[in-house]
Amino acid sequence: MSQIGSFALLLALGLSAYSFLAGFLALFRKDAASARLGETARRAGIATFAAVLLAGIVLVVAAFHDDFSIAYIFHHSNRDLPAAYKFAVLWSGQEGSLLFWSLLLAGYGFVLRLRYKTDQRLFAYASVIIAAVQVFFLLILNFAAHPFAIMQGALPADGTGLNPLLQYPEMVIHPPMLYLGYVGFTVPFAFALGALIMKYPGEKWIQITRRWTMVTWCFLTIGVFLGAHWAYAVLGWGGYWGWDPVENASLMPWLTGTAFLHSVMMQEKRGMLKVWNMSLIFATFLLSMLGTFLTRSGVISSVHAFAQSSIGTWFLVFIVLTLGVCSFFLVANRSHLKSEHKLESLVSRESSFLFNNLLLLVVCFTILWGTFFPILSEFVQGHKVTVGPPFFNRVAIPVALLLLLLTAVGPLLAWRKTSVESLKRNFLFPALGSLAIGGMMILFGVRPWEDPSYFYATMAAVLSALVIFTVISEFLRGGRVIAGKSQQNLLSAMIHLCHRNTRRYGGYIVHFGVALVVIGILGTPFNKEVEKEMGFGDKINIGTYTLVCQSYTQDDNPNYANEWAIINVFRGGKQITTMYPERRFYKASGQPQTLPRIYPSFREDLFLVTDVYLVYEGKNETTGRPIIKAHLNPLVPWIWIGLIIMVFGTIVALVPNAAAVQVAATTPVRAPAQVGAGD
Amino acid sequence: MGAGDDSARFKDLGHRMMCTCGCGQVLLECNHVGCQSSDKMRDQLQAALDKGNNDDLILQGFVQEYGPTVIAAPTATGFNRVAWIMPFVALALGITFVVYVVRAWKNRPEPALADGIAIPRGNEHDLDEFRQRARKETDL
Repeated sequence: MSQIGSFALLLALGLSAYSFLAGFLALFRKDAASARLGETARRAGIATFAAVLLAGIVLVVAAFHDDFSIAYIFHHSNRDLPAAYKFAVLWSGQEGSLLFWSLLLAGYGFVLRLRYKTDQRLFAYASVIIAAVQVFFLLILNFAAHPFAIMQGALPADGTGLNPLLQYPEMVIHPPMLYLGYVGFTVPFAFALGALIMKYPGEKWIQITRRWTMVTWCFLTIGVFLGAHWAYAVLGWGGYWGWDPVENASLMPWLTGTAFLHSVMMQEKRGMLKVWNMSLIFATFLLSMLGTFLTRSGVISSVHAFAQSSIGTWFLVFIVLTLGVCSFFLVANRSHLKSEHKLESLVSRESSFLFNNLLLLVVCFTILWGTFFPILSEFVQGHKVTVGPPFFNRVAIPVALLLLLLTAVGPLLAWRKTSVESLKRNFLFPALGSLAIGGMMILFGVRPWEDPSYFYATMAAVLSALVIFTVISEFLRGGRVIAGKSQQNLLSAMIHLCHRNTRRYGGYIVHFGVALVVIGILGTPFNKEVEKEMGFGDKINIGTYTLVCQSYTQDDNPNYANEWAIINVFRGGKQITTMYPERRFYKASGQPQTLPRIYPSFREDLFLVTDVYLVYEGKNETTGRPIIKAHLNPLVPWIWIGLIIMVFGTIVALVPNAAAVQVAATTPVRAPAQVGAGD
Repeated sequence: MGAGDDSARFKDLGHRMMCTCGCGQVLLECNHVGCQSSDKMRDQLQAALDKGNNDDLILQGFVQEYGPTVIAAPTATGFNRVAWIMPFVALALGITFVVYVVRAWKNRPEPALADGIAIPRGNEHDLDEFRQRARKETDL
């Protein structure tokens, strides 16, 4: 089996190298044969997908057949591993995840090459650039991190098993989502670089890649949030974001990708920010690669990082090379990227996008700076320092709050220029509503002046409310205009409105989701925790909940042995649920793992939903009783609800607009502020 | 100083230090099964609080025993100050740059109206063109 896989990888390398070289030659040759050469390059690119897919299938089949002659299968699987996790073996280790990355890239390339008729020349450039990236990954797979390497010596009877942290249902979807995001940014990157090299006229490349970029961004968003949820549900420390370097690495391209999605609108609508947009998409791609470099090189210590290996050097060389190529063409072809319009007012949508981009990039820089500062510190001071959560919370949160303010205000500003009257009219209801929320928080006992964390929480609540009220008022205002003209009820009118401009209103829905995520995060300063050894009938009181230990027991299956506690949860004297915090001992790997249990309590107050979060910390060896750590995490479920709304908003934004309403030539054009300020 | 104050200080200091077992987590958030480091460090922290030591003395004691990486964020001393300053320098530079760009763009001459070219008087065809442009730019 390993020979088939190895052959498939070698074949894929040959095909992608041909696709790159032949495609490159075809672009610069002027003779009649160049079109045929280009076509062979395109087909070789398509065939690359088939070859990489075969390699991927072979690795998964090897996992299902417990083929421990392949070292990768021996190190990441075992006979009693459940089937879903055997499938996940493909991305559970270094070599497999690189193969998975290569497979996704080949898949994206496959789709791109099938759709080449949209614009043959631009697609040919993009295809060559994707082939170049593909060659890089296949070189690593063939020569530095071979997934089909054979075990030396006697054939082992069983594998060492999958890392227990990865044996969780979300691990079957979190890495693919994240990788679809990381890898997907290669497509807009390839189009951008291609358009720059060929001095592509106009903004069509942005329109072609708009959906690619949004889908990619959506995958990355899901991937980042699933990672946070996995940390919350598996790591058992009661939090979801630890500012670990690898978590940071996933956030950085998300931030620059988000900045790109906003600023690209300025290029589409006003022909501005061309150099900036190119730089942003280049940065997003390079940061995706940097994330992989961080994970694989071992230069930064992380709970996620794979073992230190030589492939970090490969990534470093690739990043430097790509940076060089991008910088060269940005400088050489800068005359092609001149802005077409002037800015008319500081109070305009254009300015808000500029500041939005600035703040997103400052957050990104802060994260990059904090992630690499330990290395810099070692170089300058001779010793490493830790840059952990206190640093990121203190520095990134104020900037993120400013960003939230812009998220609220930006949609109220019109393109070109916004009058003070329209700003006042559009801003009054959201501003009053959000201030009322702040007042209510103080009324209910939050004292923002007592502690910085309470201050940030109050500000975050006020600004999230501002975003939410802004979005609602935009929907209501537009809906009322349509309802007045078409005699529909307000809800139908708002749906109609949304369908008429899916991108704008989908974007608003995403903003709404972001505000909910922030609401979920702002509960952190109000978290509570209690740790106690619990015998039969023992109680923990936490917040308004009483936890009673009914029993504790243990079990055994071929994959792991486990022990857990049975905890009844009461509120107001009434039992609301039973929870089973658990600790497992995985037999193949010999590693223990705690599995917290989470109960999101919506029953009494939907808005103030609270997670009851129980961790089986271990057992008192003397008494044999379980030690239970109970956390009460208010508002956290809003993070996951916010994610669902963000994804829904992205899907809405991907839906094509309904046919534009024909405006009669005699109808006077209304001021933009009357039906909303624009996209 | 009451028990409540000590408890708040324990929580605060415990969140300003890292567990040294290699888990990469903040001291009070390390929940490794059977982690020897965090249990020992928590006991040390509690003992130092019981002795009545101030925060700086407690943190210094931990640095002496576990090295500078035990502190969860760079201290505001020496070169470590750069860690705190740089993000705000980047923000200040960024704001300056954006304001400069906005002003430069605002003062830029309108490219469509070159010197010596008269603005054509609007007719229906021209207005259609302007309407198209307005729709594109405002998405009406």
